Parts: sequence; structure tokens; C-alpha cells
Amino acid sequence: MAANNRPLSPHLQIYRPQITSVLSILHRITGVVLSAGIVVLVYWLAAAAGGSESYAFALTILGSVAGRVFLFGWTLAFFYHFLNGIRHLVWDTGRGFEIAQVERSGWTVLILALAFSAAAWAILLSGGGS
Amino acid sequence: MSLRSPLSRVLGLGAAGDGPAHWWAQRVSAVGMALLGLWFVFSLFGLDLADRAAVSQWIAAPLNSVLLILLVATASYHSHLGVQVVIEDYTRGWSKVTGLVAVQFIHVVAAGIGIVAILRLALGG
Repeated sequence: MAANNRPLSPHLQIYRPQITSVLSILHRITGVVLSAGIVVLVYWLAAAAGGSESYAFALTILGSVAGRVFLFGWTLAFFYHFLNGIRHLVWDTGRGFEIAQVERSGWTVLILALAFSAAAWAILLSGGGS
Repeated sequence: MSLRSPLSRVLGLGAAGDGPAHWWAQRVSAVGMALLGLWFVFSLFGLDLADRAAVSQWIAAPLNSVLLILLVATASYHSHLGVQVVIEDYTRGWSKVTGLVAVQFIHVVAAGIGIVAILRLALGG
């Protein structure tokens, strides 16, 4: 078999989405979003080091509608990836693999991620930040 | 019956040749990210992000500088390990090779810029 015909990842489209599979791909998607967030974090640090003008410019970009949408998405991605990452680390110890446990921990992670993100933005917006 | 040679079983490095090194590095950096990420997000709550002087002063405080440098380095490393697997899963041939090299370069450059920016503020640039 030629190297070019080697199979890539499986055809997941034929399966009915379930909480387990949806949260699994969500872990990967949020990971990629957070990777993009590193560029924003580094830009923010560089703008602060650059001086008042560059920081003011960074604030207009990050404070714009698109910037705020990205930052809110980043917050959701952070808390989801953080919580689901802990779920993964628990799995790595061999615990929590019963179907009922997996579904319960999945919903817990999802609900907590939404709650933490909402709380974080409530604190940031009420505290006069950004 | 196993077709693996006794030597390969002793080395335990598998088909890819590097054993569980990538898997383990991802877990260890994940623990680092969990701690540093939580510290960073909670720190942001106490900061007026619109005030550059306050932000710079916070970054320049010794403990914050050290933790921020660790955060940028660990995040870049952990992110590189993760995006690497995504590329390996969904691409092949030249796009895989160029993608892997490009992603590695981007992460090293991002970490470099971030760390220099922190050092400039910390050392009074």
C-alpha cells in the first residue's frame, strides 16, 4: 500500500452524536482555540511592554466586538479544556470508565464550564476591567 | 504468539520509536497548565486591564514575572504537543511535514516574543 493511501482518522459522521463523542471532539476544538489564544496572550504582553500607544491600540482591538466575542469564546474554551483535562487525568489513573460515570462527569464538566465562564465575565465586567 | 523481538519488548519504545514520551509530556505539561492557568485567570480578576501602568507593574513584580514566563513556556509546549497530534491525525505527506514544522516554529516564536516582553517589563526596559 502506497504511503499516500494510508487511512486518516475514522469516519465519525456515520455515528449518532453522543455526549461522550461530542465532548471528546470539543476537547480537541477548545485546545486549538486556546492555541490561537496564545498568540493573543503574547500580543497583549508585547503591547504592554511596547508602551502606552501600543497598549491603547491593543485595547481597541481586544475591546472591539470581534475581540470581545473571541475573549468570551476563549474563556469558555479555557474552562471547558481545564475541567475536561482534569477528567482526562482522572481517566489516566484508570478510574471513572463506567458508562454512567462517563456521562455524569461529562455533563458536570459542561455545566461547570458554562457556570465558571458566566461568573468570570460577571466579575470582569462589574470590576471595571477591560 | 508475539512477533516482537525480545529487544523491542525490553526497550518498550513501540512502532513510533519514542515510547510513551509524547503522551507523558502532554500529561505533565497539563498539570503545569492547570496550576498556572488557574493562577493567571484569578489574577486577571484583580487587575484593571485598561490601565497599562497597573498591568505593567503587576507583570514586573518578581513572582508574577516568573509565573508568567512559566505560563508562556508551558502553554506553548503543551499547545505544540496538542496541535502536533491534530496535524498528524488529519493530514499526510508534504502537508503533514510542512504543517508540523510550521507549527513548531510558530510556537517557539510565540514563546520567545512573550518571554522577552515579560523580561523587558520585569527588568525595566
